[in-house]
Amino acid sequence: MHYGLTSEQEMIVSTVRSFVENEIYPLEKQIEDLGFVPHEIGAEIKRKTLDLGFYACNFPESVGGPGLSHLEFALVERELGRGSMALTHFFGRPQNILMACTGEQVERYLLPAVRGQRMDALAMTEPDAGSDIRGMKTTARRDGGDWVLNGTKHFISGAEHADFVIVFAATGEEATSAGPKKKITTFLVDRGTPGFTIRDGYKSVSHRGYKNMILEFDNCRLPDAQVLGQVDGGFAVMNEWLYATRITVATMSVGRARRVFDLMLDYAAARKQFDQPIGRFQGVGFQLADSITEIDAADHLTLASAWRLDQGLPANREIASAKLYATEMLARVTDRAIQIHGGMGLMDDLPLERFWRDARVERIWDGTSEIQRHIISRDLLRPLGA
Amino acid sequence: MKVLVPVKRVIDYNVKVRVKADGSGVDLANVKMSMNPFDEIAVEEAIRLKEKGLATEVIVVSIGVKQAQETLRTALAMGADRAILIVATDDVQTDIEPLAVAKLLKAVVDAEAPGLVLCGKQAIDNDMNATGQMLSALLGWSQATFASELAIEGDMAVVTREVDGGLQTIKVKMPTIVTVDLRLNEPRYASLPNIMKAKKKPLDEKTAADYGVDVSPRLTVVKTTEPAGRKAGVKVKSVDELIAKLKDEAGVI
Repeated sequence: MHYGLTSEQEMIVSTVRSFVENEIYPLEKQIEDLGFVPHEIGAEIKRKTLDLGFYACNFPESVGGPGLSHLEFALVERELGRGSMALTHFFGRPQNILMACTGEQVERYLLPAVRGQRMDALAMTEPDAGSDIRGMKTTARRDGGDWVLNGTKHFISGAEHADFVIVFAATGEEATSAGPKKKITTFLVDRGTPGFTIRDGYKSVSHRGYKNMILEFDNCRLPDAQVLGQVDGGFAVMNEWLYATRITVATMSVGRARRVFDLMLDYAAARKQFDQPIGRFQGVGFQLADSITEIDAADHLTLASAWRLDQGLPANREIASAKLYATEMLARVTDRAIQIHGGMGLMDDLPLERFWRDARVERIWDGTSEIQRHIISRDLLRPLGA
Repeated sequence: MKVLVPVKRVIDYNVKVRVKADGSGVDLANVKMSMNPFDEIAVEEAIRLKEKGLATEVIVVSIGVKQAQETLRTALAMGADRAILIVATDDVQTDIEPLAVAKLLKAVVDAEAPGLVLCGKQAIDNDMNATGQMLSALLGWSQATFASELAIEGDMAVVTREVDGGLQTIKVKMPTIVTVDLRLNEPRYASLPNIMKAKKKPLDEKTAADYGVDVSPRLTVVKTTEPAGRKAGVKVKSVDELIAKLKDEAGVI
């Protein structure tokens, strides 16, 4: 068993970490206060990322990406996780699902996305369809040779910057052993398509500046060429390509937790009360001990699940465990960081209150903690026939 | 023209340095080590010379422990062409002194015949600021220290130097040694394609004995201590009081 990173992997980590520290950290407070990323700032981060050859680093060499392994990509995401998501969005990691592009879709969507010429967003969630994706109400019905989309999507990250959106819509029903279920089809919808509007979503407690948008489809007409993957094959596309994105949430949580930990460790060593550094009080020191132990555990769990993907081993349960544990760890660590800093931890002079707020959504998006526990327990019980 | 850039592996500038209990030096066990920031500027400048077509090859060399290989890989990932590692000690706590480093560099220069040696002006660990100057003396080459600007004009290097109270521009005959200051350039990040290429670039490993250079220390460290803590400030009640104190107590106005 080998536990170290290669020298290339070490350099990837140190390059991305320096980039985040130098290019992202100084802008974070401004973006948090603004609540959005001005175009020029996003474009500048994108340009620098393209220059560094890190743009679309989740794509294989066959389409112009660098061909990183899952493990290497997880390391990149871990370091990006230290910084504001609103800003690291422009470090450009288009949806892997675009690999399902065929024919002229490759030139129109996949390649421009990899080159940073067009940005994408993914639209799945609806007001009445969160964890229960099959409950979606957005429909696409056949009309002549076209499709007509109707419905509403919400919580769509990155849509304000997107040139096109990958949209999931119900295209009928099928009988299953668990009763009738909706069939899903995936569509590529360009910004500006008649009947498609993008508007501001809600003001979120987490990741201000990384906006959540509402998409509305009102008799939005699309030709057949806009179907990504097979008609009624939306679940196949999702299972093939969205499977690994939960690693992103897990590994970003690890990166952010390490940034938070460094702040709490420094403070516990420097802050004196009752004539000694507060870290010497066991009530504080033990919180540090628990935090670093949990961060390391989450880090190993996450990287191990990425490694399993690289080896072609089943990883569904392991990824779910990593996402569950890392996001819940982040909640505990950010909470302890505030406790150790006392009242100042809650003031926005320090970034801790932001990390604490941001941590809350990690247990919800890309599959709630409850869905992850469901995946894990199902994976354990199924082979036993239960 | 070949450009030779010596790079040193030093304690990372972000690390809070701790003095060892016996006062013999600072604790280097289990701390993050990086390329000396001034050397990073020298590597960047060398790569820019190559990009401008003024240099044909950028060779980086590091002298110290085997782990300096990582420092060289970083330089290769920035864009240097090949690397030479000279292992001069097995002990991470041992600092190879400037004269020994300069002698080894002289041997490398003799073998490689570069037209320019670009060094950091000093290493941030011991702040000796001596290696470049010593190398110049050993080779009998010209030198230009503390460069904030560098231009190559034929067989001359035009160097703007940061000196006390201003800038001095000098012309030196090539081959020459230039030691670089902070404001010369801003080093690039290693790009992902270059990171991937770095491992395939040649890295020659040598020892100090291969060059017949004695690296045993000539200096004795008497004592290492933490800098004195800053004294508490004084609050003044009025501008008049401030002026009075600056005049009478501090003697600065």
